[in-house]
Amino acid sequence: MTKKIKNLNLNFGPQHPAAHGVLRLILELDGEVVEKADPHIGLLHRGTEKLIENKTYMQAVPYFDRLDYVAPMNQEHAFALAIEKILDIDVPIRAQFIRVMFCEIGRILSHILNITTQALDVGALTPSLWGFEERETLMTFYERASGSRLHANYFRAGGVHQDLPAGLEKDISKFCETFPKIINDLENLLTDNRIFKQRNVDIGIVTKEDALDYSFSGVMIRGSGVPWDLRKSQPYDCYEQLEFKIPVGKNGDCYDRYLCRIEEMKESVSIIKQCLAKMEKGPVKTFDGKITPPSKKEIKKSMEALIHHFKLFTEGYRVPEDEIYTAVEAPKGEFGVYLISDGSNKPYKCKIRAPGFSHLQSMDYLIKGHMLADVPAVLGSLDIVFGEVDR
Amino acid sequence: MNNLIDLEKKINSELGTKINSTKIKHNQIYVEIDKEDLIDVTLFFKTNKNTKFRQLIDITVVDYPEQTQRFKVVYLFLSHEFNQRVIISYSITENEVIPSLTSIFPSANWMEREVFDMYGVNFKDHPDLRRILTDYGFEGHPLRKDFPLTGHTEVRYNEDQKKVISEPVKLEQNYRNFDYESPWEGTKYIKELKENNDKKN
Repeated sequence: MTKKIKNLNLNFGPQHPAAHGVLRLILELDGEVVEKADPHIGLLHRGTEKLIENKTYMQAVPYFDRLDYVAPMNQEHAFALAIEKILDIDVPIRAQFIRVMFCEIGRILSHILNITTQALDVGALTPSLWGFEERETLMTFYERASGSRLHANYFRAGGVHQDLPAGLEKDISKFCETFPKIINDLENLLTDNRIFKQRNVDIGIVTKEDALDYSFSGVMIRGSGVPWDLRKSQPYDCYEQLEFKIPVGKNGDCYDRYLCRIEEMKESVSIIKQCLAKMEKGPVKTFDGKITPPSKKEIKKSMEALIHHFKLFTEGYRVPEDEIYTAVEAPKGEFGVYLISDGSNKPYKCKIRAPGFSHLQSMDYLIKGHMLADVPAVLGSLDIVFGEVDR
Repeated sequence: MNNLIDLEKKINSELGTKINSTKIKHNQIYVEIDKEDLIDVTLFFKTNKNTKFRQLIDITVVDYPEQTQRFKVVYLFLSHEFNQRVIISYSITENEVIPSLTSIFPSANWMEREVFDMYGVNFKDHPDLRRILTDYGFEGHPLRKDFPLTGHTEVRYNEDQKKVISEPVKLEQNYRNFDYESPWEGTKYIKELKENNDKKN
């Protein structure tokens, strides 16, 4: 007797704890083996690009916080750099160090979240409890500098919004002393853990060629053995003055990507330390009065400063006609802004290149032939945040 | 090619008539081509041993509604080997169908779907051209300049029908769009504009 066998279609998400947000994944299963994966995205689409086209350059910054909301300042950085390049303005050195320092804090924030939730997806609860305590400390640093834990709105074209409050530098350097121990603790829990290795080693392997073809960047491409990091290859701000290593994987599987992230956190700590050591007192914004708002003190004394303040916060500054693509090494990969300005106070077009978008589209390629239980492991190692995928 | 000037020369000599113009700006090279030459030019950039633009970074479209060639299609490429970026672009009219890059770069799949979704540009030979970011059953192309910021429809949960329904957008509060180019004109109130249009119709 012949039996008719039909493939099973399974709807994974959008309310699945391992879907990392609002991913709806339609899986075609042959028994427990995944034959096809079709991610449906857009459930968090807010029309960021359209909104930015309708806001002045300064008003557009908060939208970047809401893209990859676990590392907000890294996104702001790309936008700030794009405007700075078009306007051709220099950023004071202290502002550069502050920005780089907060970008590295963002990298640690993002990597902690990813590593611990990936561990959670494959069955380990403790790392997330330990990791989130550290994230809380880091978000307090965000809060003290910018006023908010998550949506910082701190970077400006030409520098940062305000200088660091007293005592923050000391507390960050204290954190740099204690945090390596936490990384070690996490490693003790995971790196040699039998279950963690069984779930991640040789799962979701990406070859070098495919990593290039599928537009991978960040840890996804480094895990496959391509030594490519925009902080080194196309340095922006003060990355040239800092010493750090680029960890590269060998096999391109989920486990290698995990190891890369662990090593990157250690490098980030070292970068933060270097920034703190090299940082000197000084201005944190460019002196160009047509871009930087005047200080409160000046507004009280000078009519011109008051007018400038009013004009900057109503009309905003105008950016000459130009077209530019700038990219930064965000924790998840190459985050880029393709900006077209038309000489007015609003961007004519602002295309956001989110790393997660190209990573998620390779889901079908990565998961084909794997078991259903590998889906959360692969998804976890892709480091997807829906704020940036859906935009 | 180790520097951009050499690369520009190389592109112009090797591709010749297929290139309309090249220019170097912001440490990137901007190349303008014709729609028909896209596949040839991309293949050259990807495979030539002196260029090796092995990665497609993004595809996007810029909308200029006042021009006859309304859309400018933009492709961003990256060469890891030579650490260079190239931006290729060409203009098309509203209803033109453009070639798909999915056969050369598999990652073009979603990028082209996004362009289709946001601008309504159609791709030839795309394996799976569906909407990607907008809702199931969405109408219109949101990133076109003539698509209103508030959209056409809004969704809410309907208690009677026990499901989410979509209905024409009702603005409770005016969205104020200040015109800074000539501050004397005051602001345009979208709600009033909309109501006036509705009365006319």
